[in-house]
Amino acid sequence: MKVRLNVNRQLREADIEPRKTLLDTLREDFLLVGCHAGCEHGVCGACTVLIDGEPSRSCLMFAVQADGYEITTIEGLSPAPGELSIVQDAFCETHGLQCGFCTPGMILTAHALLEGNEAPTREDIVEAISGNICRCTGYGQIVEAIEHAADRLRKTNVPRKTGGAAQGEAAQPDGPRGGRS
Amino acid sequence: MSNVPPLKFVSSNRRVREDRRFVAGQGRYVADVAIEGLLHIAVLPSQYPAARIVSIDAAEAMKMPGVHYVLKGEELAKATEPLMNGLDTPNVRRFPLAVGQVRYVGEWVVAVVAETRAQAEDAAEKVRVEYEKLPYVIDSEEAYDPSSPPVHAAHGSNLLLDKTFVWGEVDKHFAESPRHLSFRVIWGRSSTVPIETFGVAAKWDPWREILDVWASIQMPKYSDQIARCLRIPLNNVRVHQDVDVGGSYGVKRGIKQTVIVAHLARLLGRPVRLIEDRLDNMRAGDAHGPDRIFDVEVAFDNEGIVKSMKMRALDNVGAYAGRSPFQLGKPIGAIVGPYKIQSVKYHAVSVTSNKAAQEAVRGFGQAPTNYAIETAIDKVAAAVSLDRIEVRRRNFIRSEEFPYLIPSGTRYDSGDYHTVVAKVLAHADYEGLKRERDQLRASGLCAGIGIAACLEPSGGNSSFEPLLNEKNTTTTWMDSCRINVDGLGFVTATIHTTSSGQGHETLAATVIGEVLEIDPDQIRIVRPDTLSSLPSNSPVGSRMAIMLGGAAFHAAQKLKAKIVRIAAHQFGCAEKDVTYEGGTVSNAALKKKLGWMEHVTIAHRNFHLLPEGMEPGLEVTHVMQVPTGTQLPKDGRVQMYPCHSFEFHLVLVAFDPEIGKPEIRRYVIGHDCGTVINPHIVKGMTLGGIAHGIGASLLEEFVYDSEGQMLTQSFMDYLLPSSHEVPHVEIVHHCTPSPFTVFGQKGSGESGYLGSPAAISGAINDAVAPLGISFSKLPIRIAAISDAIAAAKNKEKA
Repeated sequence: MKVRLNVNRQLREADIEPRKTLLDTLREDFLLVGCHAGCEHGVCGACTVLIDGEPSRSCLMFAVQADGYEITTIEGLSPAPGELSIVQDAFCETHGLQCGFCTPGMILTAHALLEGNEAPTREDIVEAISGNICRCTGYGQIVEAIEHAADRLRKTNVPRKTGGAAQGEAAQPDGPRGGRS
Repeated sequence: MSNVPPLKFVSSNRRVREDRRFVAGQGRYVADVAIEGLLHIAVLPSQYPAARIVSIDAAEAMKMPGVHYVLKGEELAKATEPLMNGLDTPNVRRFPLAVGQVRYVGEWVVAVVAETRAQAEDAAEKVRVEYEKLPYVIDSEEAYDPSSPPVHAAHGSNLLLDKTFVWGEVDKHFAESPRHLSFRVIWGRSSTVPIETFGVAAKWDPWREILDVWASIQMPKYSDQIARCLRIPLNNVRVHQDVDVGGSYGVKRGIKQTVIVAHLARLLGRPVRLIEDRLDNMRAGDAHGPDRIFDVEVAFDNEGIVKSMKMRALDNVGAYAGRSPFQLGKPIGAIVGPYKIQSVKYHAVSVTSNKAAQEAVRGFGQAPTNYAIETAIDKVAAAVSLDRIEVRRRNFIRSEEFPYLIPSGTRYDSGDYHTVVAKVLAHADYEGLKRERDQLRASGLCAGIGIAACLEPSGGNSSFEPLLNEKNTTTTWMDSCRINVDGLGFVTATIHTTSSGQGHETLAATVIGEVLEIDPDQIRIVRPDTLSSLPSNSPVGSRMAIMLGGAAFHAAQKLKAKIVRIAAHQFGCAEKDVTYEGGTVSNAALKKKLGWMEHVTIAHRNFHLLPEGMEPGLEVTHVMQVPTGTQLPKDGRVQMYPCHSFEFHLVLVAFDPEIGKPEIRRYVIGHDCGTVINPHIVKGMTLGGIAHGIGASLLEEFVYDSEGQMLTQSFMDYLLPSSHEVPHVEIVHHCTPSPFTVFGQKGSGESGYLGSPAAISGAINDAVAPLGISFSKLPIRIAAISDAIAAAKNKEKA
């Protein structure tokens, strides 16, 4: 069936099977391969995209369910080709990654946190990224990256959501969200 | 090491160049490689641990939409050679798909090829396989029993390796020692479980006779094995090494997957891809780690000095052999840890069972062995009522004793264990930490301090191969680098492996920039395909800082020498009379100077100005041999890896006795890997290694039930540490340079992981010691802690 999705502020159309996940659709039909398949059962977070600004598991959601939402993938985060966002640059500054496979999901999660929380504590950061598994870093340099990004964002004039979703309290989109207890 | 000038780029906190593409989602993993006309594979797993395959009916599957082919094991086995075994065990035959018999639950029986993965999966469900169940064995001790049903009947038993080494006067030392103790510890089967599963795509071009392979691979001599299995010349196999690997830590070996895909690509005349899903990967990616029982006996005195050790290590490698038995061999290179244990008897036993096949995991067997050694030291301390750190200090090799020859034949390069420990204790305030533990205990919690001191052998040669297999004569495990300065003066260097997160592009650029005194950011690093590559043995054995760093260093030195020679020739003076600085060569006395671009012009365009006999161009190559590892074993002894990094862990753990969920309240590690080339990378390795160790010690296990079924097939059951479980880690640095490497660097790719399981186990055992209980099997899961405490309390009440 045909779907029309709002991905990275562009309307994209695809003709897909109803059983096709949002993850597979983003990768195969829109060639947005920064979104990764890790476990495909909603635990690891490698497939994280933002649905109306909220980190969501694209492996647990059918593409047809995403109709009507604003979808952001890692490809939608860079301000221009070859140019990094503050969060992306902060991950480079602290080496908050190694193999890079969990990184797009991790950065989108961090981006969403910092959109709604100007001064996250270490606990806020740990809680926010706890649904994104990284096997390389042991999380230390990821936490540092997000702290660094928060600091830099506070010193810039980049507009952010005001009074928006603090982590864990936001309205949930209809799509299923993964996560670990 | 001598006369090293101050370093400009090495050891400085420069960014890791690989990171840019990954933060933008622009990594290029195997599943991202777009290949026109690609077909997809789904595999059908066995549901029995052992069964004869009576028949396979694929007729219905072939009729399903989009299906091109159903490949069975018999057909594949006829067309290919069996996969390689490390040991001389020719009757333990392994093919990518089961032939005649399945040997573990999840083993791949058929491969279905279709236009999409979804269609292939749908069709795989229609394949009917008739089985006749056979006896099986899961438990390691049962498999070791000669009466157990052999996994490979033709081999006759489940024994792959049963070798005893005696290094030094073990019997005499045991007889002389006033105190002995013995114990058993078990390392549960876990693995590094990368977030990216294994994947491979292949395309056969019959006109050019080239097999193109894109794979998520970290495997020494990968293309050799593919060519051998497929019976095609090695120069017909082109592996694209610019494919990023989404984590490996040892396990991304993928030979069986590649043989299936390559065979089908040739057969069907279409490119074919197999990307494991998580279930394929967990059950039958053949990527499980060591599964080991240690029986240890130590002889010591009342001062806590350990004189001798006997260790039996029984490793359950699962249904097939491969290289996994070698994981019992590598720890021989550090079998006494950082201690002056004078003699060792080591009984290495490797058995097959009806579990999934084992593969190399970070440390190649060293982390389990360190867990056994460190448990011994803790027990000795308890036996002589001394502080655990004090006992370690008494047994440590002293800094002035290096290079130090251990009984099994390896000479440790350098170290200063006492200083590292002193620095950690000062940083952590050990006395304060003990008070904190006691306060936690007083508040009703269980609290304990864990300690581990261990080595990370690094610079990987493969000496364990000839040591465990006399037919194997491997004495080199080289790595290489080529540097080319182009006609416009820009520098490009090659490295010959894939990226799996260790920052080798940064490593090579940093080292070349250091030697040539040019900005590393201006140097391009490329990863040619295997047909254009120099020899490499991939980033195994914690070797790339030493081996790729060394190769890049020596190549850059050759380039510099060529530039100097060109300049001296222009100046009409001897090479020793010129000075190289930042790419410019000068002779102050003659008041002559030649800049970078002038050298480039001469080398690329002015043959008439070159010294006689010099080749034009500015291109150099260096293939590096592993330092120290040049001899075959003698009398069961061999020089294993050249360098030995040291780590010292100090951990405070607390938990509620009712709940039993350990919280790591403090984690301090002292780390000495010699000269650090990139501090960000080394820090990441150490922190990531500790996280792996937390998983192996508290959470992760491939559990099989008595029916041979695997109970932990998903991430809901096989638990990976999240940011909640991994604490903030404090790293205390120390630098004892290695005398055997170009900058004094040692390896760090396995750091953290090699000691953290021992430290965490020690902390939990310290926490429950007041209750008179202890844990001797990893992982120590939450339920095991709370159950054991409840049982101990009930017993007390009764």
